Amino acid sequence: MSEFFRFYGGVHPKQEKLASKVAIASAPLLERYTVPLQMHIGAPAKLVVQKDSKVLRGQLLAEAGGFVSARIHSPTSGIIKEVTTCLGVTGTQWPAVIIESDGEDAPADPLTPIPDWQEADPTVLLKRIGEAGIVGMGGASFPTQVKLSPPPDKPIDTLVINGVECEPCLTADHRLMLENPEQIIKGILIVARILGVKNIFLGIEKNKPDAVELMSEKAKGTPIQVCPLEVRYPQGAEKQLIYALTKRKVPSGGLPMAIGCVVQNIASACAIADAVIDGTPLYERVTTVTGTPLIAPGNWHFRVGTLYEDAVRLAGGVNEDPAKIISGGPMMGLSVYSLQIPITKNCSGILLLSPSEVNQYQSKSCIRCGRCNDTCPMQLMPGILSIQIENERFELAETWHVLDCMECGCCSYVCPAGRPLVQHMRRAKTEVIARRQATAAAVKKNS
Amino acid sequence: MSEIEIRLPKTDRLIVSSSPHFHSRNSVFRIMLWVIVALLPSCIAGVYYFGLPAFQTLAVCTISCVSIEALCSALMKRPLEVQDCSALLTGLLLGMNLPPATPIWICLVGSLIAIGIGKMIYGGIGCNPFNPALVGRAALLISFPQVMNTWVIPGMNAVSGATPLQQLSQARTAVLEGNSCALPEFLDQVSYGDYFLGRMGGSIGETCTLCLLLGGILLIALRIIRWQVPFFLLLTVTLFTGTAWLLNPTLYAPPQFHLLTGGVILGAFFMASDPVTSPLSRTGAIFFAIGCGIIISVIRLWGNYPEGVTFAILIMNALTPLLDRATAGKPFGAPKKKGIKL
Amino acid sequence: MQALLILLGTGLLIGLAIGLVVKFFGAESDPLLDAINELMPGANCGACGFPGCGSYAAAMVKQTAKPGACPSMSEETIQKICRLLGVSEEKRERKVAVVFCSGDDEKATRRAFYNGVNNCRDAMQVAAGAKTCTYGCLGLGACARACPFGAIEITPKHLAVVHPDLCQACGKCVQTCPKKLIRLVPASAPIHVFCSSPDKGALKRSACKGACIGCRKCVNNAGENQMRMNGFLAVVNYGDPPPAELAKVCPTGALRSNIPQPKSATLSDGGKNV
Repeated sequence: MSEFFRFYGGVHPKQEKLASKVAIASAPLLERYTVPLQMHIGAPAKLVVQKDSKVLRGQLLAEAGGFVSARIHSPTSGIIKEVTTCLGVTGTQWPAVIIESDGEDAPADPLTPIPDWQEADPTVLLKRIGEAGIVGMGGASFPTQVKLSPPPDKPIDTLVINGVECEPCLTADHRLMLENPEQIIKGILIVARILGVKNIFLGIEKNKPDAVELMSEKAKGTPIQVCPLEVRYPQGAEKQLIYALTKRKVPSGGLPMAIGCVVQNIASACAIADAVIDGTPLYERVTTVTGTPLIAPGNWHFRVGTLYEDAVRLAGGVNEDPAKIISGGPMMGLSVYSLQIPITKNCSGILLLSPSEVNQYQSKSCIRCGRCNDTCPMQLMPGILSIQIENERFELAETWHVLDCMECGCCSYVCPAGRPLVQHMRRAKTEVIARRQATAAAVKKNS
Repeated sequence: MSEIEIRLPKTDRLIVSSSPHFHSRNSVFRIMLWVIVALLPSCIAGVYYFGLPAFQTLAVCTISCVSIEALCSALMKRPLEVQDCSALLTGLLLGMNLPPATPIWICLVGSLIAIGIGKMIYGGIGCNPFNPALVGRAALLISFPQVMNTWVIPGMNAVSGATPLQQLSQARTAVLEGNSCALPEFLDQVSYGDYFLGRMGGSIGETCTLCLLLGGILLIALRIIRWQVPFFLLLTVTLFTGTAWLLNPTLYAPPQFHLLTGGVILGAFFMASDPVTSPLSRTGAIFFAIGCGIIISVIRLWGNYPEGVTFAILIMNALTPLLDRATAGKPFGAPKKKGIKL
Repeated sequence: MQALLILLGTGLLIGLAIGLVVKFFGAESDPLLDAINELMPGANCGACGFPGCGSYAAAMVKQTAKPGACPSMSEETIQKICRLLGVSEEKRERKVAVVFCSGDDEKATRRAFYNGVNNCRDAMQVAAGAKTCTYGCLGLGACARACPFGAIEITPKHLAVVHPDLCQACGKCVQTCPKKLIRLVPASAPIHVFCSSPDKGALKRSACKGACIGCRKCVNNAGENQMRMNGFLAVVNYGDPPPAELAKVCPTGALRSNIPQPKSATLSDGGKNV
C-alpha cells in the first residue's frame, strides 16, 4: 500500500527492538514513590496535600497550575513522607513529593465512569481528560485537554494517531497495540468525538505487521483507517507523519491545527479511554526497559514515581556496566548520570548502552560532505548552520532557519566528522529566542 | 529470584551527551580510505604503463604531503589530524595528475603548495575553498610549463611524445592553417580501445579509463560520493563537445575522444566530487558539475591549453559559496517565497 | 634605467596630486575630536555603551556622554580628556571581574564524563554540565573566548581565572557565564570568597574540597560587618572589605586573595581544544 507520501530525508538506524516479543508485565508495588510535580509542558502543578497526609491510589496530589498545565495523581495509597526535590532527567533538581506506600494500594473513588461515551457531550469528555491529568505520552507531555481545544478559527477535520514508534529500541507502543487494542480504539473514537472529526488515520510502521493486522481487524466498522507506513526514522515525527498520510505540510513555525490536523499518541488514546470509561486518572504508563547490558529487557506498567533503579532491577539488573543511560529513545532521548530519577508520564523508555555501542562525538571540522543536508527531514542545511553556530553567528543561523529544526538527530547520526549537530542547533535556538525576547522587551520599553 | 544476585550498574563513570546517542559509524577516515582504495587500480595501471618513474612520483608526492601536513600542524600548534588520511589522498591525487617523469624536487614543491597553501593556511581540513591537489597542479603547470608538458608514451622503450590532446591540438592548428584533412586523418589512426585501457600519453592516473570507472562506480555504490556530480559533468561534456562535433566535424573531435583522453574521468569521479570544495546541497552539486562540464568543454574546444579540467574545477570551486546560498532552499513547510535573502 | 625613472617620476607626481587634493578639497576635521581619538584605548569593547571608541569620542565632543564610562582608560587619561573638554573630572573606582568558584578538577568532582561541544553555554543543555556542584565552573572557556582583552585563563585543571592586571571590567564575561559565577567587584578588595553555592556545608564539601562550608570562622574573626553570611555562604562586604590576613582562618581555602599564577603560555585557542 504505497499510496502514502515519502518525506524528504530520514535515516535507517538499527532497530534493536530487543523487547518487542516481551509481553507487558505489571511492576510490583514499591515501598516508596518519588512523584515529580512537573511532568508536563506548562505551569508547574500546585500541591494540594501536605507532609504526613494520607493519600489513596488515584487521589489528586496537585492541581493544574494554569490553563496550560496538568493535574497529578497519586500512584498508590500511603503517606506523604516528604515534600522535597528529586533529580530530573535534565540533571537539575525538580520539586517532588515522596510517598511511602502502606502496601494496601487502596484506590480512591474513581472519577465518575462514562460508559455511554458514544452519546456523551464532547465538553464533558474534554473536561474528564483534564480531570484525569492526561498529557501527551509520546514524549512531548503537552496537556491533552489544551491540545484538544483548538481555537475556533482553526477548524479540525483530521485526527492522526501515532502508533509509529520510529525510535529504535522502544517497544512500549507496539506491545500496547498487541495487548490492548480495543481500549485504544475506544480512546481514539472518544478523541474523534471531542474534536468532531470523521477522518481518522492510525499510522503504524511496517516493521510491526502483527500490530497492523490486529488493529486493522479491530478497527473494522469504525471510521479509523489503519495505515502501514515505510520504516524510516523519523516517520513518527508529527510533521512528517501528517505529510505521509495527508500530504499536508505544517507551516513553518506553526502547529498541526493550522492545517486542520491533531496528532495523538496511541498510549495517550489508551489513557483517555481508561479515564473516560473506567474513571481512572493517569498515574501509570508502559515503559520499555532495554539495552544489551540488561539481563532481561522488557516492557512494564510502571507507576509514576518509580525510580529508574527499580526499573533496572525488575529487568534483572546488568551483566556489564553500561557506558550511557538514556531516558527515552536513542535518537531523541536525554542521557542521564544517575538511576535515582523517577519515571514520569512521558518516559517511554529506559535504555542502557554498553561501551562498545557508544560512539563519542569528536567535534572535528565539518568536511561539507552534505550527508546532513540529504537526511534532514526539515530540509535545512545543518552543516552550514553548525559552522555559523560554532562561530557564534546566531543572527546568520536565524536567517538560515535554525528555528525550524525539530532536533530529530538525523544529521548527527550521519555526520562523518562526529559533530554534535543537535547540540549546536539547541544552543542556537536558545540564543535566538532569548535575543528575540530581549528585543521585544526593549521595543516595549521604548514605545 | 532471591538467590540470584541482581547487579545494578555502576553510575560513576557514565558518559552524558546530547542526543542522538546512535551513530552511523561514518567517519572521515572511512571515506578517505575508500577513495584511496578506489584510486589504487588506476595507480597500478599508471605504474604498469609508465614504469618506475611513475611509482617514484606517486610515492614522493604522497609521503611529502603527509609530512608537510604534520609539520604545518606542529608549527600552527593545531592537533595532529594526518591519521584521517586526507593528506595521503591529496598526495595521491596530486601525483596522479603529474607527468610520469616529474623530478622529485618539483613534486616536493607541488606538495608544499598543495598542502601548505591549498589547505593548511585556511585552517586545515574542511576550511579550504579550492581543491588542494588541483591548487598544487595548477601552480606547477604555470611555474614549470616545460617539465609539466613532458609526456611519455607507454611501451617497451618509454619514449617522449605527445598526449592525444596535444596531438589533437596540433591537428587542429594544421586545419586552421588550411589543411582540412589533418583532423580526420589523425582521428582515423586513433585507437579508442587503447585509450580506454590507458595505452596513451598522459598523467600517471588519468590514462586508464577502465580502472578509473571501476573505482568511481565502487564509490557511488558505497555512497561515498554523490552520483549526480560525475553523471552531470560527463553528460555536459558529451553534449557540448558532441554538438560542436556535429556542427563542424572537420574542426572538432567527437565526444568519445574528449571523454577518453585527458583528465575528464579522473576529474569527474575524484576531483569534482571532493566534498570540501563542492556545494553542500544536491542541487548545488548538480549545478557545480554542469558548470565544470561547460568550462572543460570551452577550454578544450577553443582554449589555448589542451587540457582544461584543472582550471574548470578550480573556477567552479570559487563559485561554491554562491551556489550554496542560491540552492539553500526553504525548510519543510515554509511559505513559497525566497528562503534566504542573498 | 628609463623605466625606473619613469616610474619614479609618475609616483612623485601622483603623490603631489593627492597631497594637493587633500589640502584643498579634504574634509574638515575637528582638532578636538582628533585629540580625544588619540587618547581612546581603541579596543572597541562596547562597555561604554557605544558601538566603538570612535562613537564614544564623538559623543563626548557633542556633550551627549560623560568621560569615565570607559573602564579601560587610566585615571590620568580621563583627566586629560576632561581638561580637553573643559569639564570637571569624576572620581570612579576601578573594578575587576572575579570568577567566584574554586572548583577545578583537583578539588571538585564530576558526576559523569561530558562529551559534546566544548563550550560552557552548550554544556548546560546536557545534564547542566554534569558537575557534582550544580553551581560550579565548567571550565570550557566561554568566558575566556568572550574576553576582548585576553584576561581570563582556563587553567589546565579546567577552572576559569581572571587576571586582575589585564581585566578592564568591560562586563562581557559577566553576561557570558551561564552559571552567573562572574561579578564585577572593586579592584582594591584584597580577598574574596571563591564559592557561589548556597547549598548546606556538608553537601558542598562532598561535591568540592574548595567550597565555602559555612563554618563562619571568617565572619567571627573579621571586623564588624566586613564579612557576612548569605545563608550557608560567606560573602565579603565590598564597602568595607577585611584585610588579606583573614584568608588564613579559612579551612578550605575558599577565602583567599585574587592573585592567580602568571598566565600559562599553552593557552593558544582560548580553551577550544581543552
